[in-house]
Amino acid sequence: MTARGKIAILVIVVIFGLSVFSSYITPYEPDAINLDSLKEPPSLSHPFGTDQKGRDILARVLYGGRISIGVALLAAVLSMSVGLIIGLLSGYYGGKFDTAVMALVDLVLSFPSLLLAIGISIILPPGIYTVMIAIAAVGWASFARLIRGHVLSLRESPFIDAAKAIGCSHGRILFVHLLPQCIPLALVMTGLKIGGYILTEASLSFLGLGAQPPTASWGSMISASRSYLVSAPWMVLFPGLAIAITALSFNILGDVLSERYGSRLQTH
Amino acid sequence: MVGKRASPEVIENLRKQIGSDKSILRQYVGYVGLLIRGEFGRSYYTNRKVMDDLILKFPNTMKLALGAMLIATPIGVLLGFIAAYRRGTYLDRLITTVSVVGISVPVFWIGLVIMLIVSFKLRLLPPSGTGDIRFLVLPAVTLALPAVATLARVSRTSVIEILDMPFLQAVKAKGLKKWRINIVHILKNALIPIVTVIGLDFGSYLNGAVLTETIFGWDGIGRFAMEGIIKRDYPVVMGTIITGTVVFVLINLIVDITYQYLDPRVRLYARKR
Repeated sequence: MTARGKIAILVIVVIFGLSVFSSYITPYEPDAINLDSLKEPPSLSHPFGTDQKGRDILARVLYGGRISIGVALLAAVLSMSVGLIIGLLSGYYGGKFDTAVMALVDLVLSFPSLLLAIGISIILPPGIYTVMIAIAAVGWASFARLIRGHVLSLRESPFIDAAKAIGCSHGRILFVHLLPQCIPLALVMTGLKIGGYILTEASLSFLGLGAQPPTASWGSMISASRSYLVSAPWMVLFPGLAIAITALSFNILGDVLSERYGSRLQTH
Repeated sequence: MVGKRASPEVIENLRKQIGSDKSILRQYVGYVGLLIRGEFGRSYYTNRKVMDDLILKFPNTMKLALGAMLIATPIGVLLGFIAAYRRGTYLDRLITTVSVVGISVPVFWIGLVIMLIVSFKLRLLPPSGTGDIRFLVLPAVTLALPAVATLARVSRTSVIEILDMPFLQAVKAKGLKKWRINIVHILKNALIPIVTVIGLDFGSYLNGAVLTETIFGWDGIGRFAMEGIIKRDYPVVMGTIITGTVVFVLINLIVDITYQYLDPRVRLYARKR
């Protein structure tokens, strides 16, 4: 693995650690309002400064990471699971079902993704689950297409014939023989997609469709700080840096994965 | 619409008037019928026809998207070419890294940072508003950044693939001039994936326009959509999303059609069918 890839993984581990153990790292509560320290610039006691309600921005960025990364990861797992199951069924059974599913996949992929996610999230009440569902409702399609292609080629291989010959049921062939063969590919794809999901989560939160105040998430922090851009630029700067560094690390990880497994992702 | 304490008859009359007493399916068919006729309904807040506002704001979004495209295409393709020609060098790694950064930085954030530096610190351009080219520069640059990054990546891969092809040795052996090789043989062959990305980027401009227009106060359909979302003004949101999608699909269609002019193989295949 290249140095770039190693650094990216290290950064991801550090960001995870910081988010999970945020309560040990900062003495401040993310939602604690302190009217004695409004919009203070970065200092030793508040390394990232404070916001318009005197809340410590470092604490909010750390705790916000739980929401932002958590939502993106869960959305990725959800997209992967739905795509995996639909791709498996579609590739294995083929026929009209396959045609219908692939038409649906084409339909989803022909929408501009953020617009579709916005469209889905305004139907539901705003919140982190809505964001997850909106991301997954768009994301499953590319997984389904990839897995279906893989199953189509696996279906013809001798071990499936053998499984049929000894009388395995369709369910057993699908979930015991085919599913394990598809999981590595699905995981690689997940690695490729997470960087994008982090950005989508941030965009939806920025638009006010994600985590609701006072809960901090990176996108909503930037959105709430916009009016203080000139008087307190640090309020905008740090959450944005957090998004950029996280998305960057995941995207580099994605590059490393696609360099290594690129040929198997060609069907996508 | 009539308040909580309205009498049942008033509610019943209103339901009849707007048709919500019919079955969901009938309502939906009616809705689609209206959409086809370009009828998106009226905004809950301004009571203006959504279609009228869309027609008013659409040219602004197109101006922004075209501006971003004019910035992104030459820079992105040039960077991709440089990286491919200097493959493996320090310069290549620099361009590749910068382009990963470009797709990882959130548009709305980099927009705010650019606005802070250019408009508030250097006082060069107005921070927000709709108008002449001075207002257009910042949002267009912001929107172009991720597009430059993807274009550079794709052009690099595409050019490298062609540089490795044997026919290039043949044209070099023929003694063709360097610029001729670069333009006629390399650029033309590398163009297909690049055109695809330019087309797809147009779609991402529509995504990005929601965020960029909001930040820079550019009066296009992106900001219109955002205002609709905040006020839960559903006719506006539906109208903007449907318009965005239609434009996106149309652009993809145009890209598909241009293929046959760029690549004779596509033309041959189409004829065989």
